[in-house]
Amino acid sequence: MKDISRRGFMGKAFGAVAGVGAVASLYAMKRSWDPLPSVKAAGFTTLDMSEYKDNELVTEKWRGKPIFVLKQSADMVETAKKNPKDIDRLIKIGGSYYMVCVGLCTHLGCIPGYRPETKDFLCACHGGMYDATALVTKAPPPRGLDIPPFKIDGTKLVLGESSPEYEKMLANGITLKV
Amino acid sequence: MAHFTKATSVHDWLNQRMGIDTVRRVMATEYWIPKNINFLWAMGMVLAITFALLLVSGLFLLMYYQPNVATAFDSVNYTIMQEVGYGWLWRHVHGVAASVVFLIIYIHMFTGIYYGSYKKGREMIWISGMLLFVAFSAEAFSGYMLPWGQMSYWAGMVITNLFSGGSLHADGLVEWIRGDYVPAQAFLNRFFMLHVLLIPLAILGLIGLHFGALRIPHVNNQDGEEIDFEAEAAKYKSGDKAGSKVIAFVNDFMSKDMMVVGFYLIFFFYLVFFHYDFAMDPVNFDPADGLKTPAHIYPEWYFLWSYEILRPFSTNVGLIAFAFAQVIFVFLPFLDRSPNTVPASRRGLFKFWFWAMLVDMIVLTAMGKVPPSGMFSTIGLYAALTFIGLWIALPFITKLEKKA
Repeated sequence: MKDISRRGFMGKAFGAVAGVGAVASLYAMKRSWDPLPSVKAAGFTTLDMSEYKDNELVTEKWRGKPIFVLKQSADMVETAKKNPKDIDRLIKIGGSYYMVCVGLCTHLGCIPGYRPETKDFLCACHGGMYDATALVTKAPPPRGLDIPPFKIDGTKLVLGESSPEYEKMLANGITLKV
Repeated sequence: MAHFTKATSVHDWLNQRMGIDTVRRVMATEYWIPKNINFLWAMGMVLAITFALLLVSGLFLLMYYQPNVATAFDSVNYTIMQEVGYGWLWRHVHGVAASVVFLIIYIHMFTGIYYGSYKKGREMIWISGMLLFVAFSAEAFSGYMLPWGQMSYWAGMVITNLFSGGSLHADGLVEWIRGDYVPAQAFLNRFFMLHVLLIPLAILGLIGLHFGALRIPHVNNQDGEEIDFEAEAAKYKSGDKAGSKVIAFVNDFMSKDMMVVGFYLIFFFYLVFFHYDFAMDPVNFDPADGLKTPAHIYPEWYFLWSYEILRPFSTNVGLIAFAFAQVIFVFLPFLDRSPNTVPASRRGLFKFWFWAMLVDMIVLTAMGKVPPSGMFSTIGLYAALTFIGLWIALPFITKLEKKA
């Protein structure tokens, strides 16, 4: 009986040591899978907004992701103004309106294609569609394309840095934080 | 201490130290298999042989493959395919085997479903088998990343995005899995580790579990008959081989097993030498480009049925349907409420359930391959709903079944 309780104690003592070790190793393993600091630190892209042309989609790159920039033509702005959800998605720089967003379908991350003649986006993977401000018009995507953090700097746009304009978009639920 | 005598032969020397005669008897010559079976019972051995082919071809690919985003594509498509002597052979064996192994797994699974081989003490065989299916799926997916072509990259993007959980927006989890905002170096390296070490280790362990689970309930037979293995084995050993309902695993059963394996290998190497292209997506011969999605992303044929269950719905519903499809097969032994262990053809409504499920999965597979528009979207939606409906109906129709 004495032996059994002594073995029981040894078992519990080992269990405690092993438990602490297991939790500590799991934490170390989790941290080893984290993105590296160098990966997280890289990632500001500056765009010169005066170079874009009306209704012509340009794909830029930010943090390895494609960024859609679409300068809105006058008639596109007219259409967008009819729907507050559309016009609120656009960024106004020097009198022009721009659609700037992450070019990955909010369904599962394919790159939707832009069709200038119909002024909309079609995702070939699962058939999702977006209008010219990248607001979703046909499921399965649950929402419009996400807008990256931006800061207006004269005629330049800095991606990766937040600004009051971007915070307002987040607060109004126009985009999710990217 | 055990008593050792001067050995009379190498066999005797080993036998005194390792008991090799006992091992042979327990594992082979006195491991009993029912006589009342057909060629579908050879699929286990066919799978074991295919796994061996994957392992050996993989070893040779591993010697030249470079898990680096800058060099991975060329190390496969130039070094292995053009420079390494017979490198093409290992790659085509590896690629074809990775595809064919799923064909055999599906045949093996549906054989089990048809003959009720997941019931009456055989539940753990089924569950360990489904765990093997999950492990093989993970192995196939991680291996598909390695050539770092367009399909590797975009399949990696789409599949890791599933972990954001739709409206849960667990983007942190997705980035944690990738080790980056998008699939990049950290992603390629960790999937390389998973593919060549961790998942194969898990597969080997699960194969051990699968075989172990078979030991006590024994192999099922064509009539689901409950055999008294000890009595039948005694009959066999006393010389009444004709009257016994069982045969020895080695040599009796194995000789037939290897006959089927022989036919299989002819078919397999026919594919390797003349039709390896079916396992090689042309899109994956373009190097990975994060700024250009291929016009049409689809997984390899063996994942199409579950992909099609994801596709027709909105994100959240689709994810729930997909998760349902991924796990539901594991619960088959508990959802089948009938006490009968006989072939589906003798089980009333379950007969129709079996064929409906098989046809539905083939339809889902076909619809997963075509672009998601018009008529195909509609057929896909109804096939996905049928899949879910069949599983919901299963407990009720098997409950109604009369004792055979």
